[in-house]
Amino acid sequence: MTEKIVLVNEDGIRTDGRKLSELRPIKLEVGILSNADGSAYIEQGKNKILAAVYGPREVHPRHMALPDRALLRCRYHMAPFSVEERKSPAPSRREVELSKVIREAFEPAIFLEKFPRTSIDLFIEVLQADGGTRCAGVTVASLALADAGIPMKDLIVACAAGKAGGHLVLDLNDIEDKEGEADIPVAYMPSFNAVSLLQMDGLLTIEEFQQAINLALEGCKQIYALQKEALKAKYQAIKESTEVTEEE
Amino acid sequence: MPFLFENRQIVTPGDLLAEGDYLAGFNTYKRDSKIYASRLGLVEYKGRKIDVVALNTFYIPSVGDLVIGKIVESNLHGWTVDINSPYPAILRTSEALNRPFKPQRDDLSEFLDVDDLILAKVISFDRTRDPNLTIREPDLGKIKYGQIVKVSPAKIPRIIGRKGSMIGMLKKETRCNITVGQNGLVLVSGRNREDERIAIMAIKKIEEEAHTTGLTDRITEMVRKERGEVT
Amino acid sequence: MTSVMVSRIRRQQIAQLIADGKRLDGRGLKDYRSIQIESGIIGKAEGSARVRLGKTEVMVGVKIDVGEPFSDRPNEGVLTTNAEFVPLASPEFEAGPPGEESMELARVVDRGIRESKAIELEKLCIIPGKKVFVIFVDVYVLNHDGNLIDASTLASIVALMNTKIFKYEIKDGEIEKKPGFSPLPLRDIPISVTLASINGILVVDPWLDEEEVMDARLTIAFSKDGRICAIQKGGSGTLSPQQIIEAANIAKEKSEEIREIVVKS
Repeated sequence: MTEKIVLVNEDGIRTDGRKLSELRPIKLEVGILSNADGSAYIEQGKNKILAAVYGPREVHPRHMALPDRALLRCRYHMAPFSVEERKSPAPSRREVELSKVIREAFEPAIFLEKFPRTSIDLFIEVLQADGGTRCAGVTVASLALADAGIPMKDLIVACAAGKAGGHLVLDLNDIEDKEGEADIPVAYMPSFNAVSLLQMDGLLTIEEFQQAINLALEGCKQIYALQKEALKAKYQAIKESTEVTEEE
Repeated sequence: MPFLFENRQIVTPGDLLAEGDYLAGFNTYKRDSKIYASRLGLVEYKGRKIDVVALNTFYIPSVGDLVIGKIVESNLHGWTVDINSPYPAILRTSEALNRPFKPQRDDLSEFLDVDDLILAKVISFDRTRDPNLTIREPDLGKIKYGQIVKVSPAKIPRIIGRKGSMIGMLKKETRCNITVGQNGLVLVSGRNREDERIAIMAIKKIEEEAHTTGLTDRITEMVRKERGEVT
Repeated sequence: MTSVMVSRIRRQQIAQLIADGKRLDGRGLKDYRSIQIESGIIGKAEGSARVRLGKTEVMVGVKIDVGEPFSDRPNEGVLTTNAEFVPLASPEFEAGPPGEESMELARVVDRGIRESKAIELEKLCIIPGKKVFVIFVDVYVLNHDGNLIDASTLASIVALMNTKIFKYEIKDGEIEKKPGFSPLPLRDIPISVTLASINGILVVDPWLDEEEVMDARLTIAFSKDGRICAIQKGGSGTLSPQQIIEAANIAKEKSEEIREIVVKS
């Protein structure tokens, strides 16, 4: 075994200088790919993730079409160069599982029943991974869906909490994820206090779990505000620049 | 309870717009007597009704809509038409030809061929069946001249303007014939390429700035500047 | 021909009964189905078990091999979990490469075993950095009547409990088998408990018809000391934070009951 890494020091500061319940810096951009019907980009810590939405569109292959609602398909994928050791581009079992839980996180939010016999295809490409990619992926995919004009009950936002170095921490980075005691990714619809993705690995007592969930939900609420800002930013800028010209 | 946003403020999906005795209009939905936004857009409070004017949408056909489409397939009974929608449209021979169609004698591709563009009207559509089109009305049919501009279907009402004010101005100022398909495709045909170029530029600018105020004046100014009428 | 599709009327019936605190198969909302455990049933496998959870039936075989360790864990054995939806188990299962359902099942079973550190992987190193024992846990679903995750986790842990590893000695850097076996070193018995939320009401151990009408399911696995070691939410509905905590408390209680059955078996 290698030497134990100190994940949280005596002052309660983490390896990247954050406090226990502090998010990593987040940068969000909306509408960045011209071909996609909707797209967005996120940087969260060293995570760099792109999301794109195509649809609603005709389903291929045709037999997959559903008579009463749209078929939502999701692909979470990591670029071969996104991690330390090259990852094979073929989808791993982990990626297949995450694609499924991410799809299930979005199904309750999208008005799928409005577009029978069509498909909505959601692509999440992790360009650089730094822990918490499924959560950052959900956060950015939500923006891509909104950008595509897909009607939704709420934006889905995701954030992890967990335990590292003996402390409950928010938004685990790569080393905390790998060396820490537990990681709980949560996806959430803040307007309805509804959790649509929940996983955990590691070891936690029920009391710790309860606290960690609440911490994750607090993180979600903070990121939710950033999502709204990002969606408005693109249009607000145009609005303000034209309104300035008018005053001249 | 009062409205929770100012009129024409940008809202995002999940935003609570109002609570109480209101009607959920476009791009909104009601849950437990609360009205929420379902799309990114500008909120409009119109008395009891609350709408969100979407900033981006895709085209879902509606009976009576004028659309511009491209023939993608021709078969025994007619054509399949791409109308920039999740649902491909069908144009039956009976809605295209003025006489009965005889499969032994008629070659459909001589009438309309793959890649041809048409101006058509939606005559039927529901959840279970793809939309049907007709071109058996005056001014409908194969498009022979002009250029096509693609815009977000959400911006079509703005290109037309209140009571056609924007499109009227555009036609006059650019001297182009402009036909707006509800499906986000606009046909521009002018006497020369320069006229068409200016009209297309103007349409693109309207699309970009659709959610702002004072747009008609700015577009008029832009067109005149491009034509060298204003220095 | 049988179909696992639940009709709309059946859906309403199930949901209404549950609202009254009752279930179609006569169980209470928090009752687990009867559990039957058989172990060591496949002689060719180093460990094996068959678990019946009501009509759900899962077999697990454990095979042991010698292989290379992961580069970041040079002194630990390797655990590999796989799940197969055998076509004879349900009209909905098809032969072919594993789908997302079976991959999820394998990963959730694996998570419970791995995160509880049930297998003492550090004792499975033969030559550090070069040779370690590789434990293959193969989950075989034989009849699908709901809650495959719990049945598979249960069958896996029982199979691991009766898994034997051959004795060996190292001569000139080569492994030489010796007569006799020793048990696979285990330090924990993780137990998973799955609940379904149907119209916002939690039920324990959903059977197939309930799974088809549920909004969401939540699987929570516990280690021996009562700590949570794995969670997986499934299904296209949502859960409130209160429901999640309630589910965790119910699951903890159930996991203790089930662990007792396992230890006695």
